[in-house]
Amino acid sequence: MALPAKLIQEFDELVTHYPEKRAGLIPALHRCQEELGGWVSPDTMEALAEYFGLEPVEVYGVASFYPMFRLTPPGKHVISVCHNISCELRGATELMEHVCKKTGTKPYGTSADGKFTVWPVECQGACANAPMIDLDGVYHEDLTTEKVDKLLGGLA
Amino acid sequence: MKSFERYLLERTKLANSHTLAVYRANGGYKALEKVLKKPLTPAEIIAEMKASNLRGRGGAGFPCGMKWSFMPDPAKDPRPRYLAVNADESEPGTCKDRVLMEKDPHGLIEGCLIAAYAMRLQAVYIYVRGEYRKSYDTLLAAIAEARKAGLVGKNVMGTEFSCDVWMHKGAGAYICGEETGLMESLEGKRGHPRPKPPFPAGFGLWGKPTTVNNVETIFNVPFIVERGGAWFSSIGTQNSKGNFLCGISGHVEKPGVYELPFGVTAREIVDEVAGGIWKGRKCKAWFPGGSSCALLRGEDLDVVLDHDSLKAKGSSLGTAAMIVMDDTTSMARVMEIIARFYDHESCGQCSQCREGTQWLAQIFHRIATGHGKPDDVATLESLAKGMAPGKTICALADAAAIPTLSAVRIFKTELEECIRQAKDPLAPPRVEYAGAH
Repeated sequence: MALPAKLIQEFDELVTHYPEKRAGLIPALHRCQEELGGWVSPDTMEALAEYFGLEPVEVYGVASFYPMFRLTPPGKHVISVCHNISCELRGATELMEHVCKKTGTKPYGTSADGKFTVWPVECQGACANAPMIDLDGVYHEDLTTEKVDKLLGGLA
Repeated sequence: MKSFERYLLERTKLANSHTLAVYRANGGYKALEKVLKKPLTPAEIIAEMKASNLRGRGGAGFPCGMKWSFMPDPAKDPRPRYLAVNADESEPGTCKDRVLMEKDPHGLIEGCLIAAYAMRLQAVYIYVRGEYRKSYDTLLAAIAEARKAGLVGKNVMGTEFSCDVWMHKGAGAYICGEETGLMESLEGKRGHPRPKPPFPAGFGLWGKPTTVNNVETIFNVPFIVERGGAWFSSIGTQNSKGNFLCGISGHVEKPGVYELPFGVTAREIVDEVAGGIWKGRKCKAWFPGGSSCALLRGEDLDVVLDHDSLKAKGSSLGTAAMIVMDDTTSMARVMEIIARFYDHESCGQCSQCREGTQWLAQIFHRIATGHGKPDDVATLESLAKGMAPGKTICALADAAAIPTLSAVRIFKTELEECIRQAKDPLAPPRVEYAGAH
């Protein structure tokens, strides 16, 4: 697989920010995940390895270290639910239960129709506005089950 | 609480506070102008930083001016040199840097530029945790605006001084908030902390002299340059100077990120700032500065929230992120979550940490779910003592061991009762699922 020309062009500019090309790898992994189906496939890792002059296993080693990189394809919408302490103290467990029920999925799972992935995540830095979810990359804070219903109800 | 002057969050209350126009209209880039046009020498700025006694706001509380002075003299060591701004805010309970980045990005950029001038740096990298997309996007736009206005890049304000400021995105690993883990990550590698020495000032990013500073630390710099180290040092207590951002979360009526001068007590913060303990309950326990500090009891709330006072109480200021728990809270559940977090985030290099965090997590899990064994509390203590202090490359093992030891010390009876009854009498509702690493 070749990387799309648009990404190559971006990466060519990205790597000029650093004295060593490899420093662009993590930002590049983010961009690939955003543009290429919401995950980092083995093909993507191979293509990035070629771009950065690394072995594919080095790219895999990096991608697999960081929780934000998905190594399996997610559902159409990814709901990250914070289950760390500040959110737990203000109802994260009830929120998790509710989100799972509403979307027909389990924590770390994807709904049968492929529409939702629910992912428990560690502290997202929204502690003073707990509990929170990150829906497709956007924070939603001070949540209640009613607010979640409204959010999820509006999704295609 | 006595009245005090606010400066850190004043601009964030303005409409469009993230724009260059609003920043400039409110005194923005005046400190940089003073530095470049007067001009001040790098040594004068570092002297002012030392006089301010500003201590790092990222958790360790290291004196900022001293850290800057560790950078080698470019006349003797001409290697390129860098600043990495630690915006990987991930310590549970901590949500303060985000406010500055989202609402007042130019304040951070101006601080970066002054730091770059003082330490004669080639470039600044702002390493933002990947989840903080809004912080990243806001800063990226602000840097572009500043670049267009001749404030970032070549010949800043038409002077000889040049400096680039680049945004860099992390990808969800807590360990990259540790300064050497951050540097490895910025180089495009797994975030494995490096043994120290060598220290970053001699061998940092790409093996070159590097300083790593927290967002709030750098954000204080323009104020110190403009108003003087003596002004800054006049605020606060003996060894904790200036105002600081206190994020307070958990069981209070008004959680939030508040600006306070050092010298206020935790009780003043809870009662007068955060509206008191919610639902009219009492405080059972609290973390003063993120989950890696030692737990304190409700009756300890009269302590002043500063470095020395908390140390005297057996805890620490950390990131000044107070996590407050009311008297219905299960400490077994709290510690189960905290131990799980450190297990999840251990990079796995050191066996004490890799194995220790996992064992702590397993033991707290079984205590919290009514499967604790008679000697579990003793095992927790002996494990935690085997993990820290100073037994590993970085302080993540300490970060797991410290709250564990405090929980075992303060809430021993409660943990033992969970084991004796084969259930946690205070257990909140739970959803069972295995962790994904």
